[in-house]
Amino acid sequence: MAQAALAPSAKPNPLVARFAGVPLAWIGLLPFFIFALMFLILPSLSLFTGSFTDAQGNFTFQNILDLSREDIVDAYMLSIQISVVTAIIGGLFGFFIAYALVMTGVPSALRTSLVTFCGVASNFAGVPLAFAFVAALGRTGYITAVLRDTIGYDIYDHGFNLYSFLGLSLTYLYFQFPLMVLVMMPALEGLRREWREASENLGATGIQYWRYIALPILTPSILGTMILLFGNAFGAYATAYALTGGRLQLVSIQIGAQIRGDVLHNPGLGYAMGFGMVVIMALSILAYTWLQRRAERWLQ
Amino acid sequence: MAFLELSKVRKQFSNVAAPAVQDFNLSVERGEFVSFLGPSGCGKTTTLRMIAGFEHPTVGKIVINGKEVTGVAANKRKIGMVFQSYALFPNMTVADNIGFGLRVAKRPKAEIEPRVQEMLKLIHLEDKAKRYPAQLSGGQQQRVALARALAIKPELLLLDEPLSALDAKIRVSLRNEIRAIQRQTGVTAIYVTHDQEEAMSLSDRIVVMSEGRMEQVGTPFEIYNFPQTQFVASFVGTLNRMQARVADPSAGALEVEGQPLTAARAVEANRGETIAIALRPEMIHLAKGTEGVEMNHLNGAVEETTFLGSIVRTRVRLRDSVISFDTFNNPNLALPQRGEMLSVVFPREAILLLKGPSAAQESAV
Amino acid sequence: MKRSTFWGLFWVTLAALYLFLPLWGAFDFSLRAERDVIGFASYTRAFADDDFWRTFTFSNQMAFVSIIVSVLLIVPTAYWVQLKLPHLRPVVEFITLLPFVIPAIILVFGYIKLYSSPLELGPLTIFPALTNTDLSTNVLLIAGYVVLALPYMYRSVDNGLRAIDVRTLTEAAQSLGAGWFTIMFRIIMPNLRAALLSGALLTFAIVVGELTLATFLGRPAFGPYLQQLGQHKAYEPAALSIVSFLLTWLAMILIYFVTRGSNAQVTGAH
Repeated sequence: MAQAALAPSAKPNPLVARFAGVPLAWIGLLPFFIFALMFLILPSLSLFTGSFTDAQGNFTFQNILDLSREDIVDAYMLSIQISVVTAIIGGLFGFFIAYALVMTGVPSALRTSLVTFCGVASNFAGVPLAFAFVAALGRTGYITAVLRDTIGYDIYDHGFNLYSFLGLSLTYLYFQFPLMVLVMMPALEGLRREWREASENLGATGIQYWRYIALPILTPSILGTMILLFGNAFGAYATAYALTGGRLQLVSIQIGAQIRGDVLHNPGLGYAMGFGMVVIMALSILAYTWLQRRAERWLQ
Repeated sequence: MAFLELSKVRKQFSNVAAPAVQDFNLSVERGEFVSFLGPSGCGKTTTLRMIAGFEHPTVGKIVINGKEVTGVAANKRKIGMVFQSYALFPNMTVADNIGFGLRVAKRPKAEIEPRVQEMLKLIHLEDKAKRYPAQLSGGQQQRVALARALAIKPELLLLDEPLSALDAKIRVSLRNEIRAIQRQTGVTAIYVTHDQEEAMSLSDRIVVMSEGRMEQVGTPFEIYNFPQTQFVASFVGTLNRMQARVADPSAGALEVEGQPLTAARAVEANRGETIAIALRPEMIHLAKGTEGVEMNHLNGAVEETTFLGSIVRTRVRLRDSVISFDTFNNPNLALPQRGEMLSVVFPREAILLLKGPSAAQESAV
Repeated sequence: MKRSTFWGLFWVTLAALYLFLPLWGAFDFSLRAERDVIGFASYTRAFADDDFWRTFTFSNQMAFVSIIVSVLLIVPTAYWVQLKLPHLRPVVEFITLLPFVIPAIILVFGYIKLYSSPLELGPLTIFPALTNTDLSTNVLLIAGYVVLALPYMYRSVDNGLRAIDVRTLTEAAQSLGAGWFTIMFRIIMPNLRAALLSGALLTFAIVVGELTLATFLGRPAFGPYLQQLGQHKAYEPAALSIVSFLLTWLAMILIYFVTRGSNAQVTGAH
């Protein structure tokens, strides 16, 4: 490197020395902290305070208690269900594909194109994704038509509906499993060949290798990524709204309706719903962090 | 019958034209410590992996303790192996790593635990049983790997450059420890290395390999003192190699750049032919003028003198050939100067007659 | 063929079909805008719409400004953290991960609650309601986009900074008499080219089709336009979805080429 002549030294930097004793170095982070405060922390906090404020501006717990209203609980349950289902199915499917790409003799050209495709798909969400699915699997969609015209099977006659739980899950899976593939591939590549050989050498079968070594090593990443997928689906609004309009009463959709026009007839309850959503997201991130720590425990 | 026998083993990888290993024949006695020595890509690791069962020979067979294992899967061979990169399981503690082989063999806990303790004691890491591999130093990790390999009481222990990832000081101490443990357990060991000092100090016998072939098999003493091929001579030790013309084969008379030499024995070549010879540096001295006629002399100009503290290394150039030799430092003597004409002397026994680069034969000199 | 290769190909084919079929479906569908004719009529019509160009341009402008703002905000911050305040790294990293916890719908909900009335501190008005004018609403929109891109941008920049020896580079530049401005724009940023480009492309991919923030802030962006178009048209939305897909694809391919050999994050928010 060009700067090799100037080795890093422990000597204090002249600028730091000048500021010594005065925490002026903080100033450098001021723009970032102000931005974060204004556009990330204060807006979230305002929802938090709003959750505990009634229409007259007094403190109340009523909004939080009202979250137990049947329609609201149903919305949370539906959101959680679709997130759990797509996280688990997307996670497992993504894991098998990552495994296939890393561990089996799939041609490398196929491998590269699929990985790039996964990068695109995991970012291809929202309105365009919803419309692609409508054009493909909607009542007049391409795949629907092909199935009907070739094998005479009309999926809509057999109970399929794109604008349903199943349809939305299929759509979410389009960005869920590619994300899993992208995260799991490096994890699988991190399994060293020597571990497998050492275990074979000590008499372990392939199944024992997976049971005692590979899976324990991978479990934190598998579960951690599934939690990311959960949050990914739980917070999603655009895809669900563009695909189903208001037909599926997810939490995010209800909050959207509340922003449009106070459908709950209680702004405070709307804020409480948003707050509840953040709590669930925060819990899932906490679980994720805990799993990451667990994974790193071996590496310290 | 030998404990481990490889006969006519050949390994051909489909994507490489040259065979990785060819015509490999070796018998190893029970309890013997044999090293495979050679530069990277010489086939030593491939041979080891064939013994372990990770690769299968294209041709030939491998017999361990009277049973042919050529087609047997690696996890059925009961061979201990130590890897260059330790290959400890990162999700298991030291104790779990050591006990792994017994655990997958479904041995009772009552057997595993004392065995693990015994192994921990053997490698002096009793206090680290509950640690994870990443919390240990490289040397400690490799000791755990050794204990793990030995815990299943293998009759054969394979070590694949186990010390090359460690720094020099630990390398020497761990090397001695490996040899001590091998003697203590009586396990037959095959040790792969590219470090000649390691191979010399550890082994009962050394197999020098190059480009998939065995160059020479012998004790460290034989390999060092009587290298049979140019490759062995160049890879082992610091021999001076040069070309010599045969003047009189039966009398061992040679000529190097016009200067006559006499070897200690007859030369197996025709008059006028050019052969490769080597001079052992420790037998070369500066001429004092008092040597007997049976000594060989070579004259040349000093090309370079390097003062290395206790020794002085001098390079003397004849015309095309260079002789490098060491003398002990003596504060009372002046160092040879660049360009100074010198005469070096050495006994007839210092001349080694080498065979061609690819000839691999096991006969002693 | 080995058995494992067979199963590998099986799963990979399944994945490829899942990824490819909806796109093929949408593409095929978009070609059938005219009865009994296969053609690009839906594309011509979609592109002929002035609103398309207006909203698409708007979204690109927003993306561009968001990228500039996040680079100007994040590069000095990450640099400063590495150089002077390494003990604050956990705090800054925590903040950059917050957008994972706060989905876009919540973020915009908070913006509307907080900024649709003047921000007051006691009797003091700090600034008027941001949602009153187009310009100030655009500020909110861009701020939101910067927040959405924050985790990816920060990680990309931070990894980039770790790869170069920031301290030595800075000290070398200082010893040659460079000031902070020169250090930042002539030394640090050029060395972060790959990291910045991939962060920028990712931000672009996230922002251009974004619906949630733009809808609720009432901005004429491409996402809401496409969503509206879907209410009363069939073929044009499919055509524009394909176009969006191709744009995302292009961004990812560029990221792939920009970051070859380095570790970069290649996924965004939804």
